[in-house]
Amino acid sequence: MSTLDFSTKIGSKRFSNPIFTASGCASSGQELSQFFPLSELGAIVTKSIMTKPRTGRATPRMAETPSGMLNSIGLQGPGIDTFLEKDIPWLVEQKAKVIVSIAGETVDEYGVLSRRLRAVSGISAVEVNISCPNVENRGQVFACHPDTAVAVIEAVRRNIGGELPIIAKLSPDVTDIVEIAASVINAGVDGLALINTLLGMVIDTNTMKPKLAGKTGGLSGPAIRPVAVRAIYQVHQAFPNTPIVGMGGVASGRDAFELILAGASAVSIGTATFGNPNAAMQIKEQLSELLTQKGFNDFRDAIGFAHRGI
Amino acid sequence: MIPQKINKNSVQMNAEVISNKKVGPYHHMVFAVGDMAAHCRPGNFVAISVGGSHSSLILRRAFAIYRAIDKGPMGGSIELVIAPHGEGSKWLCSRIVGDFVDLIGPLGTAFGIPTTNANTMLIGGGYGSAPLFALAELLKNRGCRVDMVLGASTANKIYAPLEGKRSVSSLTLTTDDGTTGIHGQISEAIPRLIREFGTEVVYSCGPMGMLAAIAKIADEFDLAHQCAVEEAMACGIGVCMTCVVPIKHEDGIKMVRTCIDGPVMDGAEIIWDKKTVLDGL
Repeated sequence: MSTLDFSTKIGSKRFSNPIFTASGCASSGQELSQFFPLSELGAIVTKSIMTKPRTGRATPRMAETPSGMLNSIGLQGPGIDTFLEKDIPWLVEQKAKVIVSIAGETVDEYGVLSRRLRAVSGISAVEVNISCPNVENRGQVFACHPDTAVAVIEAVRRNIGGELPIIAKLSPDVTDIVEIAASVINAGVDGLALINTLLGMVIDTNTMKPKLAGKTGGLSGPAIRPVAVRAIYQVHQAFPNTPIVGMGGVASGRDAFELILAGASAVSIGTATFGNPNAAMQIKEQLSELLTQKGFNDFRDAIGFAHRGI
Repeated sequence: MIPQKINKNSVQMNAEVISNKKVGPYHHMVFAVGDMAAHCRPGNFVAISVGGSHSSLILRRAFAIYRAIDKGPMGGSIELVIAPHGEGSKWLCSRIVGDFVDLIGPLGTAFGIPTTNANTMLIGGGYGSAPLFALAELLKNRGCRVDMVLGASTANKIYAPLEGKRSVSSLTLTTDDGTTGIHGQISEAIPRLIREFGTEVVYSCGPMGMLAAIAKIADEFDLAHQCAVEEAMACGIGVCMTCVVPIKHEDGIKMVRTCIDGPVMDGAEIIWDKKTVLDGL
């Protein structure tokens, strides 16, 4: 039997293992609970929630690409009221660790959402999605500019109160992700989520038109993993003390290990779940074996290992 | 009325290919699925991983269940009719007996059955006819009249196996090119057939364009219409939100997942006109 300590920490919160779901890839957990107990996850990161119910975009919303896919959902969701009334109590009942992802169209909306979350029990952290690529204009991607990113984080910080860790989810579609990371760390985030999808596009050569109704979409899956590894490596090098929830095309324990070596304190499983509902559980098992094989007794010793001795 | 949870009987398994036969342009494949077969209802579908473990095809492919047999010589089995259109379905059709595939099922909603014996019409386009034969059998056993209408672009694309025809009171074929049956699109033949057979309930499965045309006709005749829709899916289990269709809702438009609230849906609830949807979003 391995004596591996598999636990990890984001800010003040401890998680039993470092395998999380990625926001938007596990809905609010009900569907996946048919395949495994949600309490087995380090945490479930819910689909980004907004203040009001949202219909999302027209179809087609999806295009498969080599080792990846584009999605253009447009943050369809029930809105914060229904979410707090139904989804959170259900998740708490499942004994799942919950990280709530929030998204807003304006800085104020993030503030309103944070205020709604401050008194809710059973939440372990809030992920601030400032990098969803599926918004009407690129100017709304707060994570593309340090100033707007900071404005959102400050609004969240002001309204959330208490010790709930704040995780900023950043976009890889920027010239210098370390600069954006620096700005939100200065604004007081406890962790970073790296990376959101990359903006992409597919044109159907039969119809000769963009394949997605929203024209562009977020690229995810193994195709983007090297981008995730690079972004995590760069940010961890600059800010070794800021925990990173790594994600981007992780489909195996080996892939998760790669992100951890780059500097991730936890790894979220996204698109892999679409192909295999048990992906997170299989990756958790494989990662645990791999860490033991490599001689790690404490998971946290592996975080950022690729940086050592350089 | 509308379920919002994943089919409670669905499981993930490695299913053995126990038969793979080419039928015209399609493949009829049988998979050993054990106890799962007993939970399959006409209209349900399965989601299968394709391409093998090192494939660049990362998403499952969804297939309507053609037939499920809960106690056959190989235990429980399900049968699929697959058109080898894309890379994924070509890979699946090239599996041989003894191969295993990663399969999740049964998924989605099933066709609803009338509580009294009604005159039913089952309309299938291309390989969309696949789930209708098991439905026909079920309806016939309930004492319903079952008139089946199958259409395709050309004769060999109509999927109508012999054993499937046993359960129907009448079978009408249509082809766009006139190579067999009535010449023209399937929807053109429907109004006359509805009058002729005194149809009370319509079931349909096929391309979205065809379903939209049937929905319009069902509305004109004021008939109940259940259709199995087809929208591109990434996961099949309700988490990706890509396979949605727009339905009428008190606040305007609601996007529902066809993998959970479908594939079988009330044709009258769906907003078929794309422009109405785009204007409403």
